[in-house]
Amino acid sequence: MNYILRRLGFYFVAAWASITLNFLLPRLMPGDPADAVLASAQGRLDPSTIAAMREAYGLSDDPLLVQYWSYLQGLARLDFGISTAFFPSPVMDVVQTGLTWTLLLGGVATIIAFVLGTLIGVFSAWRRGGIVDSAVPPLALFIGSFPYFWLATVVVFYVGFRWEILPEAYAYGLGLSPAFSWQFISSVMTHLILPALTVVLVSLGGWILGMRNTMVSTLSEDYVSLAEAKGLSQRRVMLRYAARNALLPNMTSFGMSLGFVLSGSLITESVFNYPGLGNQLVQSVSLRDFPLMQTLFLFITISVLAANLLVDLLYLRLDPRVRT
Amino acid sequence: MAIGTERRGQSGTEDLGRPLVARTGMPSVSETIAQPALGKVSGGQGPAQSAGRGWLKARLGQFAPVLQNPKAVFGVVILAIFVTLALLAPVIAPYDPTDRVGSRFVEPGSEFWFGTTGSGNDVFSQTIWGARPSLLVGMLVGLATTLVAITVGLSSAYFRGKLDDVLQLLTNVFLIVPGIPLLVVLSGFIGSAGDGWFTDTFSIGSIPFFVLILSITGWAWGARVMRAQALSLREKDFIAASEISGERSIRIIFREILPNMASIVAGNFIGATVYALGAQATLEYLALGNPGKVTWGTNLYWAGNDNALIQEAWWTVVPSGLGIALVAFSLVLINSAVDEVSNPRLRATRDIRRGLKTLKGVSTTGRATPVVRENAPARTPTAAPAGD
Repeated sequence: MNYILRRLGFYFVAAWASITLNFLLPRLMPGDPADAVLASAQGRLDPSTIAAMREAYGLSDDPLLVQYWSYLQGLARLDFGISTAFFPSPVMDVVQTGLTWTLLLGGVATIIAFVLGTLIGVFSAWRRGGIVDSAVPPLALFIGSFPYFWLATVVVFYVGFRWEILPEAYAYGLGLSPAFSWQFISSVMTHLILPALTVVLVSLGGWILGMRNTMVSTLSEDYVSLAEAKGLSQRRVMLRYAARNALLPNMTSFGMSLGFVLSGSLITESVFNYPGLGNQLVQSVSLRDFPLMQTLFLFITISVLAANLLVDLLYLRLDPRVRT
Repeated sequence: MAIGTERRGQSGTEDLGRPLVARTGMPSVSETIAQPALGKVSGGQGPAQSAGRGWLKARLGQFAPVLQNPKAVFGVVILAIFVTLALLAPVIAPYDPTDRVGSRFVEPGSEFWFGTTGSGNDVFSQTIWGARPSLLVGMLVGLATTLVAITVGLSSAYFRGKLDDVLQLLTNVFLIVPGIPLLVVLSGFIGSAGDGWFTDTFSIGSIPFFVLILSITGWAWGARVMRAQALSLREKDFIAASEISGERSIRIIFREILPNMASIVAGNFIGATVYALGAQATLEYLALGNPGKVTWGTNLYWAGNDNALIQEAWWTVVPSGLGIALVAFSLVLINSAVDEVSNPRLRATRDIRRGLKTLKGVSTTGRATPVVRENAPARTPTAAPAGD
């Protein structure tokens, strides 16, 4: 109980810190980001919106604390202002569609990479010096050394353009509109394969190495030797005795990596033109749409915090030692 | 027992991963994009000799076994080649990388070794000149993040108490706030800052700009790993001895604790350099750098912008990408060699296997515990089902 409270406290502070960072950044910068926003809006904003925006960027003469208070009030009402790039949609509407796609892509890719990588890691530690153990780590390290966007571009080119096997951009077919129909869902799935595949490809190595290294240490524990001496089946020793205990550190990484996938999805989505949060964030920066940019950053951060909180709760279930 | 490796139970449980991780020396989780500093544990190093002329020699000698490791030698050679090419760029490069010297997308040949880009620049010259800012940013970020990580991690572990709580909270917040989005937002704001010394120094896409934002986002992982290691060192007798003999805190931190963490510091530097290399290229590829400069990242940005692959001009995409990959790969190889040398457990696996191979009738694979039997068949018979 105490543990949960402490974790909740930490996530609360982290959320507060990123909210405050969001508030302070435009005000810390020399010069005037509001001018950039106003310039990009090109006179499409009415005077009251402009006044609200000037205030949002710290141009009001109120003391900082008063501004901070009204900023927090806006957040509580989920009022993030109007997007200048997707004028006149409220920022909130733009963000909502993006969040769904990002969670889908990120979730699928991370879960596949985690399960597959952990299994290969277990196997490669079990057969130390075997084919998998000697071939996979260097290969994974080498693939992992390429910048992700580079690999993704090459994959897009060959699989998408040259061989035309799978769709290389967007989340679903152009003629379709979101509906709960087989046609739409299958289109979403085929569009998901390529981006998810590239993410799995580059993140697999980390999982394999992480699992393998813990597994090697676990295998030299006395209870594993005892289990073997008792004559338990090899499978049982491998999975129930060694892998199960070696899994915990990898679980912690799972929480962190969910976060990294959410933030890494930014590049995946840019390369594959996938309509998620990350793609929107890059666009909002190049279009100087600061309200959208700040809100997206906040959403990505909060999603990462939520993912980590979930893993913490799961950890509580898996590791009895933290329950005390 | 694992939890017990860290004495301060109350804050120790706050980061579940660390105690376990610190003990097994495992967390090499390289991520989708880039993640600073792979964690490691310096296993079998005794307390440093803190005084005497042999000090420096002993410190460097610690790394001598690394150079006998084939992985490390391979890594060092690749790295040295790239550093040499970068340093000698003005001498080697046949053309000015920004000059239009040929027609669009000329294939690699005797005139243009690596072909030309969509604007008729020489790809070979661009690759060599591009290595300079990319390698420089990587190393500067490696240096800056390592310094911050050492300062935060070690003072957190040494002074404990309130300072530790605050610094640890700060570290954890920076760890959890997603790095790439933060980078993008920072570059967005810095890019729109008004005139003044700040904009002049940190103009978008410049080297100080990248060092600043990549260091802000990259230091936390190292600080966490170093704090964990310093906490366990802090309990050792030689620290107590220096405290009693009246050494100043600064001296204890930098002369007693730090030298014993040399492999972690090296690993952190390498990890941060790899991270910076990738993150810089990524930002530039996303058009958040300065496309007017020649770096590996902007080379790839222009290749994408000119639709080079659709024009089948693979030679504009391969050299810069391969450059980043090879440098990162060589650094990772060096890192894992340092890891193997300093973590006896990883090394032991290899040594045991090698040792066992010389014995007759031994099965070493497919068994958790290698068993040596005399006069046994080459395969260990499967264990008899014994009332499991």
